[in-house]
Amino acid sequence: MIKYIIRRLLEAIPTILGVTILSFVLIHIVPGSPVRILLGSHYTPYRAQLLSQSLGLNKPLAVQYFVWLGNLLHGNFGFSYTYNQPVVYLMLQALPHTIIIVVVAVLLAHLFAVFLGSVQAYFEDTKFDRIVTVVNYFFYSMPTFWLAVLLIIFFAIDLPWFPAGGIVNTQLTTPTFVDWARHLVLPIAALFLVSVAGWARYMRASMREALLQDYVRTARMKGASEFRVIFVHALRNSILPLVTLFGLSLPALLAGALFVEEVFNYPGMGLLYWDAVNARDFPVILGVTVFIGLVTVLGNLIADILYGMIDPRIQYA
Amino acid sequence: MIQESQLPRAGVVDNLVDARPGFNRRFWRSGMTMLGLVMLLFLVLFSFVGPLFYPRSAIATNLLATDAGPSAQFPLGTDSVGHNVLAQLMVGGQSSLEVGFAAAVVAMLFGTLYGLISGVAPAFVDSIMMRIVDILLSIPSIFILLFLNVVFTPSVGIMVLVLASTSWLGVSRLVRGETMSIKGQVYVEAARATGTGVWRIMLRYLLPNFIGTVLVAGTFQVADAILAMAGLSFLGLGLPPPTPNWGGMLSDGMNYMFQNSWWLIYPPGLCILIAEVSINLIGDGLRSAIETRER
Repeated sequence: MIKYIIRRLLEAIPTILGVTILSFVLIHIVPGSPVRILLGSHYTPYRAQLLSQSLGLNKPLAVQYFVWLGNLLHGNFGFSYTYNQPVVYLMLQALPHTIIIVVVAVLLAHLFAVFLGSVQAYFEDTKFDRIVTVVNYFFYSMPTFWLAVLLIIFFAIDLPWFPAGGIVNTQLTTPTFVDWARHLVLPIAALFLVSVAGWARYMRASMREALLQDYVRTARMKGASEFRVIFVHALRNSILPLVTLFGLSLPALLAGALFVEEVFNYPGMGLLYWDAVNARDFPVILGVTVFIGLVTVLGNLIADILYGMIDPRIQYA
Repeated sequence: MIQESQLPRAGVVDNLVDARPGFNRRFWRSGMTMLGLVMLLFLVLFSFVGPLFYPRSAIATNLLATDAGPSAQFPLGTDSVGHNVLAQLMVGGQSSLEVGFAAAVVAMLFGTLYGLISGVAPAFVDSIMMRIVDILLSIPSIFILLFLNVVFTPSVGIMVLVLASTSWLGVSRLVRGETMSIKGQVYVEAARATGTGVWRIMLRYLLPNFIGTVLVAGTFQVADAILAMAGLSFLGLGLPPPTPNWGGMLSDGMNYMFQNSWWLIYPPGLCILIAEVSINLIGDGLRSAIETRER
């Protein structure tokens, strides 16, 4: 088992390096140099040359890459052009907000999807199943940003239960927990609804197959309650796709979080990236891209490890 | 001594017409699939034939009638500069559907080729090719799409290329997996032994086995591409104005959420939803039809 984990970790390293190369290349295909953007209206060719020398931009690209990589490994992601603060600082400020909504949404969505999918599979082809399938389809096909807008309309404008955006009520002098929590509800709901729809489909298919197996019949014959048969015996075998999806869902939800954060003006990593792209703030763009790449590779690693733990045959593949 | 009856059926497909009866019955008889086809047909007609019946300009502004609700003159109202929302929906649909379809086709072609080559290539080349795919997959496509669309001012062609540039990865993995599981078959070995060229083997022996799966993946690619394009347009990075598109209409409408201008928010979202649902239904129908056949 340990060998499997170590092997996976070692395989992940070239991928992470590749992500850094990719991000670096992406930034440098942008026409126009950052020097021009930095200097703005104070641009003169002499100043441009000075700045470019001091930033190390006149060295060959490969050298620049290794300098940047070395900085990365020391935790120096550079300085943001727009905020003039270390990129790491900006990311560390934005990250907890994103983590909260993503993690809560993922956990809730998984629990709910497992439950919903199992119940759907058990009551297969009944009216309940058909109705839930249609509703699932509806949410599964809905664009995340439209769902977010609809949530705002229904729950923040028509029924003023929740605030329409931001993370804090600026009219309050001291931030309260309840106020903060209220601001989180709608973004989490948006991410939750879209995720549940997709995962419930997987769970339903998986549980359907599991319920046809012989061990389910055996458990019933032994007198186990239906609840136990489904949620103890069948569940263990059918939850595998969702376990892998758990690891793979982290990067996908970060992407979804981008839209949600933009619509709700929620100060997370997605909004940070979006603002940076608009402002051509390359250090931030680079930093967030590398970070997201790392999270994705980590997510895949977690998915593989969890899969290997549950189904040991995978380790020898 | 191998009996003749024990030899596997030859995998060469001389014509790609499906002689087995299962697929058509499964596909056309499924109610949900037909619903999807009808919905998609409606959208296509709405976008491409609609303007012939409703020849109002989608880009003409009318500053005397901004933010107007639905009326006889503007069946779905107007937006902040007086565009006719209904006309915009139609023309926007054209670009959404075109770009979505084209991006999926490009992604499929390139992904299939890449996957085939990677599948038949020696292990070293294959591992490098797949490592590249892994790296590209490590960054969620929306981040790359965002970035590319800011860098390159989008036209229809560039949008197609940008969208295809992230979707081909999944197809290539799929095709590679299928190729690797088939290339060990006896008839492939026989073909190689008789000196059949690599390209002929790939296209005539290997590809027909999984072309159904690839087409199903392609269908879902269309849905993803339409969604991605709507998302990019929503963020303001789609086709440049004044070309209307559904995502852009939605983001404009968002500015008027508080004023209850429902005609700016629901119609574009509904169009995207209908497009997504119909293509997903068709894709699911295709997938069940193909799976059943192989059983």
